[in-house]
This record gives sequence, C-alpha cells and structure tokens, in this order.
Amino acid sequence: MKHLLSTQDLSRRDALDILDTAEEMARVGQREVKKLPALRGRTVVNLFFEDSTRTRISFEAAAKRLSADVINFSAKGSSVSKGESLKDTAQTLAAIGADAVVIRHWASGAPQRLANTDWIDAKILNAGDGTHEHPTQALLDAFTMRRHWAKLAGTDSAGTDLSGMRVAIAGDVLHSRVARSNVWLLRTLGASVTLVAPPTLLPVGVESWPCEVSYDLDATLEQGVDSMMMLRVQKERMHDSFFPSAREYSRRWGFDDARLEALDRHGLKDTIIMHPGPMNRGLEISSAAADSHRSTVLDQVSNGVSVRMAALYLLLAGGRDAEDHSNDAVTEGIPA
Amino acid sequence: MNDATSASSAGQPVQRVVLSSDDIDRALTRIAFEIIEANKGIQDLVLLGIPRRGYPLAQRLAQKIAAAHPGFDARESLGQLDVTMFRDDLAHQPTRSPLPTQLPKSGLDGKVVVLVDDVLYSGRTIRAALDALVDLGRPRIVRLAVLVDRGHRELPIRADHVGKNLPTASSEKVRVHLSEVDSGDNEVVIEAGA
Repeated sequence: MKHLLSTQDLSRRDALDILDTAEEMARVGQREVKKLPALRGRTVVNLFFEDSTRTRISFEAAAKRLSADVINFSAKGSSVSKGESLKDTAQTLAAIGADAVVIRHWASGAPQRLANTDWIDAKILNAGDGTHEHPTQALLDAFTMRRHWAKLAGTDSAGTDLSGMRVAIAGDVLHSRVARSNVWLLRTLGASVTLVAPPTLLPVGVESWPCEVSYDLDATLEQGVDSMMMLRVQKERMHDSFFPSAREYSRRWGFDDARLEALDRHGLKDTIIMHPGPMNRGLEISSAAADSHRSTVLDQVSNGVSVRMAALYLLLAGGRDAEDHSNDAVTEGIPA
Repeated sequence: MNDATSASSAGQPVQRVVLSSDDIDRALTRIAFEIIEANKGIQDLVLLGIPRRGYPLAQRLAQKIAAAHPGFDARESLGQLDVTMFRDDLAHQPTRSPLPTQLPKSGLDGKVVVLVDDVLYSGRTIRAALDALVDLGRPRIVRLAVLVDRGHRELPIRADHVGKNLPTASSEKVRVHLSEVDSGDNEVVIEAGA
C-alpha cells in the first residue's frame, strides 16, 4: 500500500491487514499509557478543506498515539481563502517536510491528484473527497461490523471477514462517499450489500455496482438485515428538490420508532444500527433508534481511532524503499 | 566444502541440526528449574514470550514449572509481549503487522517477569521488549531466558538463562522450528550463509 485513496483498489489482504492491525491498536487504547513510539519523528498533516469534527479529531488522536507530530490545517483562516491553489499548498507542505498528508477536499479526486503528481512526496490518506470516497470511514464501519459478526459466531475477530453478513445502507447514496467506500469494501470482505434510497438519491450507474438496490426500506427489513446503516441527509449538498419534504423522507426512508419495533417483530434481535455521524435526529434516524442498545454510533467513533492508527502505521512505519508485506520473510535469528 | 557447494547449487541450503527435539526439551527442563531457583520459588513469577517462537517456549516452560510446583498456575502466569512497534529498525524494514500482546490478569506491577525468546543475537529485540514493558507496568525484576545464544551482541544485554550457547558466524542463520508454530519436528538448525 503506497497511499490510502479508495476502497475500490484495496485488496482483501490489505483490508484484513488494516483491520487486524486495528485490533492491536484498540488494545493500546485500553492501556494506561496510550502511546506507541512507532511513528516518532514523522510529521502528519491534517489538510482539511471541508468542515469535520470526527474525522479530524480521530486522525489527530491516531497520529498522536503513534507519537507522530501533527500539523492541523484547515482551509478557513489559511492562505487558501486568499486563493492559494492545491498545488502551492501541497508544495508548501512538502517543503515543511510532511511524511503523510490526510486530506479532506470538496472536490472528488483531489487526494488522487496529490498522490499522482510530484507536488509532494508523502503518503496520502483520503479523509473524504467530494462525493467520491471516504475509505477510513468504511474501514471503521467494517471493523465495527466484524467485531459484532465475530461475537455472534463466538470467534476471535482477527483474521475473519464478513462472509454471509447482510448489510443495508439507507439514505442519501447520491452524495454519500461513505456509501461508495462501504459498497466496495464490504463486497471485498464477503458481505452482501443492499442500498435503500429514493430513486432521486441514487447515482447514475448504480446498477453496475456490486450490490442490490431497493426503494422500499420496510421490504428490505422484512427480508432480514444484520447491519442497518443510515446515511446522513446532506443538507449542504441538497440544492435540488430530491424529495418533497423532510417529513415524507423521514416516513419512507428514515429509521423511525416503528421500524425499530419492526426489527423485533421480524426476529432480528442481533441487528445493529449504524450511522457515520453527524446524525440528523428525527430525519434519517429517530432518537430512540440512535440511543438504543442496537446503536453502534459511539463504538464507530472509538473504532475510528484504532483503524486510523492502523492505516497510519502500515503506510508510514515501514522503510521508504522497502517492499510491502514481506512479513513472512522476517526470520528469527537474523539481525534486526 | 564440496558437499556444501553441490547442495546449495541444488537449491537446498546446507543445514546442520544443532539441537534435536530431545535436546530442546532437556534444555527447557533445566531452564525451568533455573528460573525457580533464581526466584527462590514461584512467588510473583510471570513468563512473557516474545512472538512468534518465544511464546510457545514460554508456554512449555510454564508447564514444566507447574509440573515441579503444583501451586504454579501455568495459564495465569503466562503472557505474550509483542515488540514490533518498539523496534529501532521500523523505518528501515518493510512494514510489519503487530501481533497480539496478552498479559496475565494480575498485571505486571511488582512481578518477576521472565522474558522468553528463541534466539538471542544482536540484543535489539530484547531492548525493544524492555521499552514495551515500561508502558505496560513496573515489574520488580526482569530476567531473560533464551533457547539459543548465538553471540554477536550489539547492545549491553545478556541472558540470565540460556538453553545452548552457539558460536556462529554472522553469515549463518539460526532457525528454530517448533511444532506449535512450524509444521514438522522441534529442532534448531544452522544454515550456512550465502
């Protein structure tokens, strides 16, 4: 792995490697000294062109727990508001000596651009680009699901995948980078995914994605779901009339109290409810659902730190010119 | 010498078995008694194996100590200590995935910790282990038990309990095969270097 740009080009092995490493990172979070020296002397820049709470804090905590130096950069209050281009910003960061750039950008493909040009020679981690991808969110979702799935099976989660798990993702798929990243990753890990949304909030070409598509949330719940992921209605991107009213959206595609009860009625006692946050309570998810014992919203946040630690560690700790994954060649008795 | 060249040209590295399965077992039995003796009993004793092959060795030692001292809880006094994140060569090696660290429930504070590894060579793994220990607790005493000491130390570190001192050339490789981790027999072999 050279960069973490999308889950579409993430192999099963790389994905499992990140998730397994995240399990070890999670243990560190429970210790008294929540710190590892692995990235000492490395500089991680959080380059945020869009607002974010969870992702930025989570990346910052992850980098600090690995002893890296963190520079936070947000477009507001920086030279970007004076009209500085992405190229000049990137070259500035390169001159400062950044080893990794965590970038969130409103333009799809901005992280790719940084990775493919010679503007900066650093590892690039995509923290959400436009309506394209948000790979670390998908990884932390998969990590949360895998822990749940392994607990049900009574096994250790390390090394396992999501074979047989039925995942439904409901809401604003059109604007959701979280949904895109999840579809590719969950597919790679063996889960079957159903997208549930009004036709106006599904992107063109969704029929070629490796998933089912449904317009009816109740029918999908009735067929049985192991993990129900609600997406945020992205008001800041709702410039057209995608649905008649918030009330109608909430009634047909929101996870309300009636649907929470429906889970019990269908005998789905182990189904979890997920949300990437921030939640619009009362719109796509009711308070009862968000606060129920099924909700994994806060687990997702704490798992986010572990998963991002794993991604930073795997991208940054190794030698610059060393090859990936020669773990097995490392033998005892050879000087280290 | 001629044999060696013909063997390596056939694609098989030249191997010399230096410890058989029985030899390993006898060495571990002796180390188990040395540990008890050095500790004057089994009070506060904790064995921490360093992955991969230190852990099964620690497991075997714990069973031997329990056999000699029925009061010793072989499972509760055993753990695994991963040192990957504490290595000083992280930046010069391909990325390695960390392995689990598992500690006894009672923790490490005030305990007598015996680190267990298969081969002691440069001493850098043990330095990393000592750093890792500091973040996990404050043992009263830390000791080191290794199956093979092959020399060539790069740091001021020595083992308290050694299965076998093995003079080697640094071009040679010492490989430890344990049935728990590797398929096949328990043995220690020396492979001639290129």
